Amino acid sequence: MTEQKKTTIVLFSGDYDKAMAAYIIANGAAAYDHEVTIFHTFWGLNALRKDEPIKSNKSFIEKAFGKMMPRGADKMGLSQMNFAGMGPKMIKQVMKKHNAMTLPQLIDMAIEQDVRLIACTMTMDLLGLNEGELLQEVEYGGVAAYLGEAQDGQVNLFI
Amino acid sequence: MSSTTFLDAKGLACPMPIVRAKKAMKDMQTGDVLEIHTTDKGSVSDLTAWAASGNHEIKDQQQESDVFKFWIQKG
Repeated sequence: MTEQKKTTIVLFSGDYDKAMAAYIIANGAAAYDHEVTIFHTFWGLNALRKDEPIKSNKSFIEKAFGKMMPRGADKMGLSQMNFAGMGPKMIKQVMKKHNAMTLPQLIDMAIEQDVRLIACTMTMDLLGLNEGELLQEVEYGGVAAYLGEAQDGQVNLFI
Repeated sequence: MSSTTFLDAKGLACPMPIVRAKKAMKDMQTGDVLEIHTTDKGSVSDLTAWAASGNHEIKDQQQESDVFKFWIQKG
């Protein structure tokens, strides 16, 4: 057996469709027996948020950010044709019809396949997100954590 | 003795056919055959590429109306 290949993905975007693409590739790569890491930064961190409100000591601005950003993968908007939230509703119906996996399902599947989900701690501070608000499976790191994986990765994507 | 495992992936969309195929292969012995039925059109090239990457061999491939059938031997 040759050494295990690696796929790393930087998920910067907080759009439902782009996150879906990232997680489909991650799940596919895991099925390819790759060691897969998704590094979440900026708006991509919202995909890792729990959907319930979490009590915490935040400043006014941090609280406002927390309110304005989608709380969890299911609440994210589309990069195109969002129509103030109508777009995601419509596309979710179409996805159901075609038996496509929803973003929360893709994230669960990724966790089941041992895909590593890393949250960038520096951007968490900027957006006022704390560890209690993110899924339990998430690991924390910085740019070095990403580079450490990416430098010997065969597939490196920025989405 | 090689045995055949059956996997029904009909109705599943990308990336599920290969995710399920990988899971099924994990519990199989080298030389065993996995029979997969799918309906996703992309799964034809997906499974072919996936099998090649994992050193599995596609022994047979058929299409019956909308259903694609594969017999993949674990390598």
